[in-house]
Amino acid sequence: MGYTKDQLLARLQELRIEFSKYEHPVVLTVEAQAKHVGNVGASLSKNLFLKDKKQRFYIVSALADTKVDLKVLSQRLGLGKGGLRMAPEEALGEILQVPLGCVTPFALVNESARHVSLLLDQGFKSQQGCLFHPLSNDTSISLNTLSLDKFLKSIGRDPSYVDLEANPKVGKDQPPDLAALVPSDSIVLPEFAEGAPPSEHSNENHAATDVKPKAVKAKAVKTPAVAEKVKDKSSTGVLPSISFTDAGQFVEEILDKTSAILLSEIRDDTVRQHGEQLGAVVSDTLRKRLSSELKNLAIMFKNTAYTEGFHAGTRHQPKRP
Amino acid sequence: MEKREERVVEEGAAAAAAAAAGGEAEAVAEAEAEVNPWEVSGKIDYDKLIDKFGCQRLDQSLIDRVQRLTSRAPHVFLRRGVFFAHRDFNEILDAYERGDKFYLYTGRGPSSEALHLGHLIPFMFTKYLQDAFKVPLVIQLTDDEKCMWKNISVEESQRLARENAKDIIACGFDVTRTFIFSDFDYVGGAFYKNMVKVAKCVTYNKVVGIFGFTGEDHIGKVSFPPVQAVPSFPSSFPHLFNGKDHLRCLIPCAIDQDPYFRMTRDVAPRLGYHKPALIESSFFPALQGDTGKMSASDPNSAIYVTDSAKDIKDKINRYAFTGGQDTKEKQRLYGANLEVDIPVKYLSFFLEDDDELEHIKTEYGLGRMLTFDVKKRLTEILVEIVERHRRARAAVTDEMVDAFMAVRPLPSMFG
Repeated sequence: MGYTKDQLLARLQELRIEFSKYEHPVVLTVEAQAKHVGNVGASLSKNLFLKDKKQRFYIVSALADTKVDLKVLSQRLGLGKGGLRMAPEEALGEILQVPLGCVTPFALVNESARHVSLLLDQGFKSQQGCLFHPLSNDTSISLNTLSLDKFLKSIGRDPSYVDLEANPKVGKDQPPDLAALVPSDSIVLPEFAEGAPPSEHSNENHAATDVKPKAVKAKAVKTPAVAEKVKDKSSTGVLPSISFTDAGQFVEEILDKTSAILLSEIRDDTVRQHGEQLGAVVSDTLRKRLSSELKNLAIMFKNTAYTEGFHAGTRHQPKRP
Repeated sequence: MEKREERVVEEGAAAAAAAAAGGEAEAVAEAEAEVNPWEVSGKIDYDKLIDKFGCQRLDQSLIDRVQRLTSRAPHVFLRRGVFFAHRDFNEILDAYERGDKFYLYTGRGPSSEALHLGHLIPFMFTKYLQDAFKVPLVIQLTDDEKCMWKNISVEESQRLARENAKDIIACGFDVTRTFIFSDFDYVGGAFYKNMVKVAKCVTYNKVVGIFGFTGEDHIGKVSFPPVQAVPSFPSSFPHLFNGKDHLRCLIPCAIDQDPYFRMTRDVAPRLGYHKPALIESSFFPALQGDTGKMSASDPNSAIYVTDSAKDIKDKINRYAFTGGQDTKEKQRLYGANLEVDIPVKYLSFFLEDDDELEHIKTEYGLGRMLTFDVKKRLTEILVEIVERHRRARAAVTDEMVDAFMAVRPLPSMFG
């Protein structure tokens, strides 16, 4: 399933991104949202989820007051005059994995949205803070563009700010100025209600240890073209953990986990129970509970470092003689 | 390797005879257990299987020996008898004790969907072997096999191989000791030379006997078996094992793979290689139990690594076959039937703490614990496993896959 609000907010905290959180009853429109957070000193945003004729999807996120003309935008993207329209409701669930009324740049955290293009209103830059839904209609968070950019970069996105009200001429000698923002891949929505069912698994060479069905049929689950683009509905976010690239974060995470167990194991009753031996007891508990988990973290750290070195090695220029 | 459902084997014939002889219940019992390379179903008698296949039981003394040699607790799958049979594992240990290391070989036929827990089991065990013995590992992705048997395009099978590689890497293999390769990328050179050598040693009749090919099968299938045999020979990997022709190979796999590796073991001495050793596991039950079929068209028969915490909870609560009684009162009176209870079986795979497992089995068997509690504990553990896997998988980039799959030396692979 897609990222939840709590997972996203935890992520922002992990990344040390500053934001303010406001909780309110579920709202489905900017007007309703304004009633609750209209006066917090941050600017409301309106967020459109659009698609073009070639099954490519876009989020246009703008200040509530900015005029967004879909016909103009369509031309500036190089899609012709009537190329953009609102995406169908199912796409919201399938691709952005957010409910109705909850389109937000943060939806790009989901793997399913990796080919969705994001257009941000230039106007955001001059605001103290802008309000977005953090994957849920019952909360709004405000943050400035520096913070938003930090988040977007952390999921591998380059933030693109656009003057959404501009209306430049598009013609033979003036190419569409936003053409670079058109996604390279289209997204095909699955035809089955439940998303793609897993294909028949065969007697895999070495890996299968399960009970096999009596009749083994070779069955292609989806046509290859659809298979190319559709992501399993239950796939989750694209965020790799910084703990695997940043030594400081890595150590902090280890210490956090250790502290958490340490604090939970030192209680009145355990002090009474073990007395002077408590140290040795807790030390054992820590090893037992953390050993495997920390080893896994360490191996990922090592693999990540090796990969970066390997990648650099394939591109390095040999020393000049 | 694909399974063929039409092949008649001795058990099938025996079952038919038993049925004819009368005693329907008896015949049903005979027909229940089917284990051959094409079909596994019914209640399996693992002792009989070991006898029939001619492999050895992995007894406690071997497990103790592993503990001594590796200076660490044996893996939960060894302690619980998940990996329970072997061929020549004691020779691997003998050599290891003398200072002669070995390498590990395992693989996967890349399929289109996310892996489920049953798929992860051999990889989890292989990772333990890699860490405990500090030995290198080669992982073969048989994209060519899938292309042929599943009739998907070459590109699609290659794409799937890379996707599956990410889940495999997420199991925690050490990049400085692991080489992952796909057949489409790697077959050629020394590997292919070994394939031809193997092919020359196996008659057409023999492969028909093992794999059940018919005149209608295309020649791609018929010539595939050597591809999965030769990773057992170190000379197939000159960039890794140059000059180490006598390096032994250990293959962790499920016991239904035994017939395939018998072919390899048969051929090895004729080519002057050591026979690969095997360490074999029992089957991971479907959620619905022994009678249920783990069917890829029924996502509720297994827990997938892409399942959310909620999905896992729902699947365990709704679909897991339990041995608990129908009502609380009956449960307290009679206790649960541990033989058929799936939550307890799953716990025996994944609950590391031996004491806690014993406690649960005792209490649940006596009726002092309810099915609800057992399911709750299982859900906790499975969610933890799946989330850890997801996090690790999210950290696997395409560059990391490239690094694992690069044909490169591994200087510290025995370190």
